[in-house]
Amino acid sequence: MLLKKLYSFTAAVLVGLTLVAPASAAEKVTLLNVSYDPTRELYQAFNKSFADYWYKKTGTAVEVNQSHGGSGKQGRAVIDGLQADVVTLALAYDIDAIAQKTNLLPKNWQTRLSNNSTPYTSTIVFLVRKGNPKGIKDWNDLIKPGVVVITPNPKTSGGARWNYLAAWGYALKHGNNDEAKAKEFLSALFKNVPVLDTGARGSTTTFVERKIGDVLLAWENEAYLVVNQLGKGEYEIVTPSLSILAEPPVALVDRNVDRHGTRQVAQAYLEYLYTEEGQEIAAQNYYRPRLESVAKKHEAQFAKLEFITIDGDFGGWQKAQQKHFADKGTFDEIYQVNQ
Amino acid sequence: MSVRTEPRSIRILIITVAVAFFALFLVLPLVCVFQNAFSKGLTFYVKTLQHPDALAAMRMTVITALVAVPLNLVFGVAASWLIAKFDFKGKDILLSLIDLPLSVSPVISGLVFILLFGAQGLLGEWLGDRNIQIVFAPPGIILATIFVTFPMVARELIPVMKAQGNEEEEAALTLGASGWRTFWLVTIPNIRWGILYGIILCNARAMGEFGAVSVVSGHIRGLTNTLPLHVEILYNEYQFAAAFAAASVLALLAIVTLVAKTAVEGMMRREH
Amino acid sequence: MSRRFVEPSILPGFSLTFGFTVFYLSLIVLIPLSMLFFKTASLSPREFWEILTATRTLAAYRLSFGTAFASAGINAVFGVIIAWALVRYSFPGKRIIDALVDFPLALPTAVAGIALTELYAPNGSVGRYLALAGIKGAFTPLGITIALTFVGLPFVVRTVEPVLEELDPQLEEAAASLGASRWYTIKKVIFPVIAPAVLTGFTLAFARAVGEYGSVIFIAGNMPMKTEIAPLLIMTKLEQYDYAGATTIAIGMLLISFFFLAAANFFQWQLSRKYGKV
Repeated sequence: MLLKKLYSFTAAVLVGLTLVAPASAAEKVTLLNVSYDPTRELYQAFNKSFADYWYKKTGTAVEVNQSHGGSGKQGRAVIDGLQADVVTLALAYDIDAIAQKTNLLPKNWQTRLSNNSTPYTSTIVFLVRKGNPKGIKDWNDLIKPGVVVITPNPKTSGGARWNYLAAWGYALKHGNNDEAKAKEFLSALFKNVPVLDTGARGSTTTFVERKIGDVLLAWENEAYLVVNQLGKGEYEIVTPSLSILAEPPVALVDRNVDRHGTRQVAQAYLEYLYTEEGQEIAAQNYYRPRLESVAKKHEAQFAKLEFITIDGDFGGWQKAQQKHFADKGTFDEIYQVNQ
Repeated sequence: MSVRTEPRSIRILIITVAVAFFALFLVLPLVCVFQNAFSKGLTFYVKTLQHPDALAAMRMTVITALVAVPLNLVFGVAASWLIAKFDFKGKDILLSLIDLPLSVSPVISGLVFILLFGAQGLLGEWLGDRNIQIVFAPPGIILATIFVTFPMVARELIPVMKAQGNEEEEAALTLGASGWRTFWLVTIPNIRWGILYGIILCNARAMGEFGAVSVVSGHIRGLTNTLPLHVEILYNEYQFAAAFAAASVLALLAIVTLVAKTAVEGMMRREH
Repeated sequence: MSRRFVEPSILPGFSLTFGFTVFYLSLIVLIPLSMLFFKTASLSPREFWEILTATRTLAAYRLSFGTAFASAGINAVFGVIIAWALVRYSFPGKRIIDALVDFPLALPTAVAGIALTELYAPNGSVGRYLALAGIKGAFTPLGITIALTFVGLPFVVRTVEPVLEELDPQLEEAAASLGASRWYTIKKVIFPVIAPAVLTGFTLAFARAVGEYGSVIFIAGNMPMKTEIAPLLIMTKLEQYDYAGATTIAIGMLLISFFFLAAANFFQWQLSRKYGKV
């Protein structure tokens, strides 16, 4: 009796919460942007700018909620029902996965916005301690004995996959495209890695807070964030001779925006990323802008280097993932060898 | 000197070992949390906690505990009565099943609810058609918390009830008291410490749970974050002091609950 | 031995509590957990077995269960000592210690992991001294054991404490008046009474430690084959959208844990029967 009452009471509470969740105020539009870890600062600034822009244009207030986490984890959450209006992830592979496993967005999503749906790019650089005591200049310095390298785990981190592929590209180029040699190179590199954090932010913490390692392989924007905000004067950025052009894509989640009635504002949100204002915010947050005029303005900020690309050099994410990061891929082989 | 104690030297040794172990594993981390929390001063600390996202996270945490703890309390009392008072077939198995959620990795505890209620899950389509959001919304967080804290009260009560034996209840029943009356007037007073411990453990775990909730939350700032998740978010934004400030609230919360427990104990003792 | 399902008792409420317990257990635990098996059903038995016995999986299992066992053992010993000191002695700071025992439960595991890593990392306030002694704290199995000891600490203390408190003083007094030495009394009178509780606490600490993720992930170092715990392997599989692989490893963990729990419960039953307390 009493038990039953208590139970039905709590059941009622549960149901009540369920019903409350989707309800939203009429005069205000809410968007959910599901993104990866290092874009927090970028979208904090961008959302504010977009809200102003949208209010001026239409008179409706728009609030953009943010969800951040590892790129793969976030992609999975959207597949499993996280109500994202837009996704802004680290790799096209993760948005591909959404398109493949659900009908939330069409498979050709990447062609719907210009530049492969990547409004900004980044690359992988080295972050070293002040004065660069180990004299690290390029990828081949990372495999020297005694150099301690910090990178997250490519199996759990999108950023780490860019790291891995950039190193692979360098090894191929300097080893006459010999894959066995590239594997050896990566194996030697990962011998110098003492800790594999699960995400890019975890690695940065290991390097900055725990003071472990001589060099951190990081997103360029993360490296700048560390140099300019976390530890002023304590770190230096080293740009290798060659790196990978990291293209973090954005996409509209069609089924979700239609369900929420937010297609128009969500589309405008993504397009605003390509405008001068959007590009300026990206550049200020150390993402390489696509727009020529903004790129010119921030030219001094971004070092020039040779880029390899995921589509040009690795045949796209599907192939790269299968070959390197799936079970029994080259990354797993390295750790069987290192045993 | 009573016969119920040991020589002074042994007493001191035991106390020293207990305190040393305690200091190494509990006090140091606690000090670490508070030291970091206040590393940027009191104003910063207060400001961090007054942030709307922090307040929203606290609200979510409290709601979660308010639903999870009473449910698991009722279950705990029922289950421990069943286990302690009766002998029946399959009791060992039932007992092990009750413990099961404790040994399920938090990652899995979250995952199973995604597999059940997620868009790709067994009930996903049905729920989707009705626009009911369970995972990545408060109900999912609550369910995962209930799952994780499921055995906490039962596990506290079973040994206590067992140690109590059946004699008192049997006497009451023989003297003509009804089952409910016996339960309220004989059993409950006997197990009240166990109940209190259970509630405290359950509540603390419910408020502090991270792994399982992290899987089902969706991490939407200000909407589906609990306090522990808020801590992680801040930490990942390199706001270390702010992260520890939020963490210290959970630590404080634990300490306050425990102080309350001591006070209640004192009151009950005076009653007798 | 009766062949009946339930031994007759004059106590009421068997059907009510049995019904409710089973109902609630099914709703909250069994049905959701059955999803794991449901998901793995997409694999052939061979694929299932291959994932389960891959060297990497086995190494992770060994690490997870080994460190969990070690930490639960440490907690069993020190937990009894702490509980004993708290119940039997009075000393300055006792109330504070008693209040703080539950701290690991209240502290979000991620925070615990961060705090412990900060302490035990080579540049941390404890790790520094460990490093001097040539011991690596964080990023080794030792670090994992430390984190697991932290998360499991309250269990033994909190299960043993009430039993010690409820212990009938007359038992000890009787033993003493019959000429038993203090040590003999502890061994033969007190220990049997608290043994089931110690075992319960050990099991709880062990079970909690096996699946622990949040606190371990920071301090473990996550090196494949060396410091990669089983829950991380599950996360890795999920990251590849490999739900079947993830649930397979989860089922493996679950079965081993369940076996341990069942064994502990059985053993405990034997204990309480042997000493015939009830």
